[in-house]
Amino acid sequence: MSQKFTAQAILEREYLPVRAKIIEIASALDRIDRATGGPPDDPRGKQIQTALELLLENGPDRAERVQLLFSRHYDETWPATLQMPNR
Amino acid sequence: MYYIDPHIHMVSRTTDDYETLAKMGCVGLSEPAFWAGYDRGSVDGFRDYFRQLTDFESRRAAIYGIQHFTWLCINAKEAENVELSRDVIAMIPEFLNAKGVLGIGEIGLNKNTRNEAIVFLEHIDLAMKTNEQILIHTPHLEDKYQGTRMILDMLISDNRIERHRVLVDHVEEHTIRPVLEAGFWAGMTLYPVSKCTPARAADMVEMYGPERLMVNSAGDWGPSKPTAVPDFILEMRRRGHGEELIRRIVYDNPLTFFGQSRNFDFQAPC
Ligand SMILES: [Zn+2]
Repeated sequence: MSQKFTAQAILEREYLPVRAKIIEIASALDRIDRATGGPPDDPRGKQIQTALELLLENGPDRAERVQLLFSRHYDETWPATLQMPNR
Repeated sequence: MYYIDPHIHMVSRTTDDYETLAKMGCVGLSEPAFWAGYDRGSVDGFRDYFRQLTDFESRRAAIYGIQHFTWLCINAKEAENVELSRDVIAMIPEFLNAKGVLGIGEIGLNKNTRNEAIVFLEHIDLAMKTNEQILIHTPHLEDKYQGTRMILDMLISDNRIERHRVLVDHVEEHTIRPVLEAGFWAGMTLYPVSKCTPARAADMVEMYGPERLMVNSAGDWGPSKPTAVPDFILEMRRRGHGEELIRRIVYDNPLTFFGQSRNFDFQAPC
């Protein structure tokens, strides 16, 4: 299933929405900095920073990689960890 | 374009919403049983809810020419009460032959706990015993990936399950591939903040194709938009996709999947 438009046409359409979203992120980070109480000691701050760095890497699966960054770890041995009843 | 919303909680919506959906082309919808925003206290509380889903709600929808279908279960948020869950699972068969009941759902995980997994598996046992289709809720936000993988582990290790009779809902970029590759149906939920936007859903259609893929609004009592499926249709058109492809996702695919349920007596609009 392919896209119908060229990269240039999609950039044309997405430029302003992307610009607006980046400014929203920048101002939210500024808001945190301006607030009292110093930088929060919260792993989510680091998570946001790592996610922003991820955006600068090459595609095509940035969205998936950002999703995984914000996800709890999956361990396939979970049935043993949770002591699931034998079926 | 006519469309079907395969996942929407109309008990939480107004009659005005039915009217708006009808004006936008909605001709059918399916409503999985879900959390009311508070834990119900007894099996009779669920019995009354199932009466609402199988009787009153379909009559309310019919006033606007919308055909209403439903799925029954006790949801994952209430599964920590295993005793109540077992009582509800034992009561569900009272309603399985009611008009419009498509199967067991939306079952799944919420915080990915042991009790949730136990109740999920007991719902699966019920569905296998009664030959019902299954609609699955995957968890929100940071719990989604882990929970989806756990759900897939449980489904794939059960050789009674026919994968084309299971819909795994609320997939996003990091969970859609394993669901489709394993042969299940996948649903993308269009929510304002959590879950997926119309643009991201259209991206996933472009990346994975329309096979076994649907979109829904999951409109409920929280921040949600019951008209999100028309938003998706518009996004697809703006991208130059043809009507046939769009109709496949918002109409033909729900018909194909629901058509495998014995109580799906949909009358196509003439
Ligand atoms: Zn739902």
